[in-house]
Amino acid sequence: MTTALPLLYRVHGREVETYDTVTLTLEPMDGSLPASAPGQFTMLTAFGIGEVPISISGTAAPDGRLAQTLRAVGAVTRALYHATPGSVVGLRGPYGVGWDLSAARGRDVVIVAGGIGIAPVWPVLQAVLAHRRVHRRVTVLIGARTPRDIVFGAEIAELRERSDVHVDITVDQASNEWLGRTGVVTTLLADAPIDPELTDAYVCGPEVMMRFTADALLRLGVPAGRIQLTLERNMRCGGGLCGHCQLGPYLICRDGPVVTYDRTADLLTVREL
Amino acid sequence: MSTPTAAGVSVMDVSALCVLVDVLRDRGYAVIGPTVRDGAIVLDELDSAERLPFGWGVTLDAGTYRLRRRDDGAAFGHAAGPQSWKSYVHPARERLWSRDGDGPVVAADETPRRPYAFLGVRPCDLRALGILDRVLGQGRHPDQGYARRRDGVFIVAVECIEPGRTCFCGSMGSGPAAEEGYDLALTELLDGSGSVSSSPGTPTYLIRSGSPAGTDVLAELPATPADAELVAHARDAVDAAAERMGRSLPADGLRELMVENRESPHWDDVAARCVTCGNCTMVCPTCFCTTTEDVTDLTGEHAERWRRWDSCFDLDFSYIHGGSVRMSGASRYRQWITHKLSTWHDQFGSTGCVGCGRCIAWCPVGIDITEEVAMLRAGSPDERTTAGDGAEGPR
Repeated sequence: MTTALPLLYRVHGREVETYDTVTLTLEPMDGSLPASAPGQFTMLTAFGIGEVPISISGTAAPDGRLAQTLRAVGAVTRALYHATPGSVVGLRGPYGVGWDLSAARGRDVVIVAGGIGIAPVWPVLQAVLAHRRVHRRVTVLIGARTPRDIVFGAEIAELRERSDVHVDITVDQASNEWLGRTGVVTTLLADAPIDPELTDAYVCGPEVMMRFTADALLRLGVPAGRIQLTLERNMRCGGGLCGHCQLGPYLICRDGPVVTYDRTADLLTVREL
Repeated sequence: MSTPTAAGVSVMDVSALCVLVDVLRDRGYAVIGPTVRDGAIVLDELDSAERLPFGWGVTLDAGTYRLRRRDDGAAFGHAAGPQSWKSYVHPARERLWSRDGDGPVVAADETPRRPYAFLGVRPCDLRALGILDRVLGQGRHPDQGYARRRDGVFIVAVECIEPGRTCFCGSMGSGPAAEEGYDLALTELLDGSGSVSSSPGTPTYLIRSGSPAGTDVLAELPATPADAELVAHARDAVDAAAERMGRSLPADGLRELMVENRESPHWDDVAARCVTCGNCTMVCPTCFCTTTEDVTDLTGEHAERWRRWDSCFDLDFSYIHGGSVRMSGASRYRQWITHKLSTWHDQFGSTGCVGCGRCIAWCPVGIDITEEVAMLRAGSPDERTTAGDGAEGPR
């Protein structure tokens, strides 16, 4: 059980990912949250301004540090974007159902991320690489609006050095310096080394991108129950009490944010549900 | 006495209500009950049973609530008012915590100084409290403030023998009889049949206990065992009330009906009438949605978080970066009614509707949940309004 009171965390590190995105490393000041599972999120407070749900992009046990990557899009995330090392934020959680990683043992893994969607799936990649040999081929497909919007660029560059991971990146709009691919992220699937029936997919990005990616995976032959997505809805409490994050029968904070496509495909196509 | 008595049921006259309130207050409860104020029967703390709305009734219909004088002395001769008990166990505004400067986060202590005794809880509202218990009290992350306020509430239920025109608890299986969840249950008889001292028009009360705490309080009341005939008479009166509901909302297939109609054109028909004011969610005894607001003083040194009721009819309710998920009024009404009647089952194991009829009476444009469901059942709105006019068939 977690409380409605935020615990105090100090900003330990602040890594600028892009012009609007930072990764904050947060360390507990007086008691830490219970251990989190990949794909879970916290409610992150900028004191006096407000609270937002942010996925946990990394944990550094045993000192209880958490990494949270966020994009400045509103009053709260703008304040958090500017939170300098030493400043204090509040944390509640962890909340929600995370990624099912056991599903992918002995199978191909494909991770598809759009924009800042790479942050919630990053722990999946970490877990997969930590036990690389229990999986077959590993593919990471990344889409961003422009080259400037690529989050975790340095880590991705490192990842590309590995021979045991297939990495591909595309941008919607190229710059003059961009020598890579352009187009939506689903176009990368054609070259992905996967055996669809033996594939587990982990998808995170804007909802429309996830829907098109999931449909493309389905067409390739990946079963809908093997496609995991993480959904975003307005959340005020994180614990299934405020009613904001409903999607049909689900409370996304409680029954998600990670869901499988077989349970949600028909809901995601209903406008304004 | 020669007449057989009915086990566990006692009878008392109207003066015993004063004793009941006094006993509860002596035991440390804040007694909350109905009283007349501002042209409505509202809930308030009662220092005496004399403040009960004796002789007042209400006239209800879609978009209509009017007090009326009764020709008897009933204390509970009224159907649901604008408020429900959720105002007390799940208040409309609540401070969650505060923080000064670099100090710790301090929980706000909003626990009531005295536990509540709810006097006059209708069976529909009793069911609503049970639903809130499941939603707010029994999830993975229970609302601790709710638990503090709800714990030890003493409930005096009052069964219904005179449903209002907007009532449909009979359809929802939540009334008019009180079945569980009360400490004491009253049945108010107005036809002189109690005859402790009464004449027609003066209420007599059957009273029974539903808990050890109830039995304890009952022992202090001037009540005598009721004879079986009177108990049977009261039972008949309550049963008859089930047949006299002002409205009905047949429950069969309701869950599926709502899901099947996600894309129905009927939502646009409702949206043409609905002003998305959110009144229905405010008066609903089970609507539990909340939002939070963080505030500071002028120096910015003192920060607080408040929680307040929110409504799925509010445009901001579904806001995420990029815009609200539910922009149209049609989608917001669909969300409310579908959640209430269908997806509530998926989320919390029961319906979210208890048939109290408040949303019908307090809708400023008279939208009626029972009628909307009937229209969905019947098919497209065209078929209803312009039947035989070449309207499209059901989709």
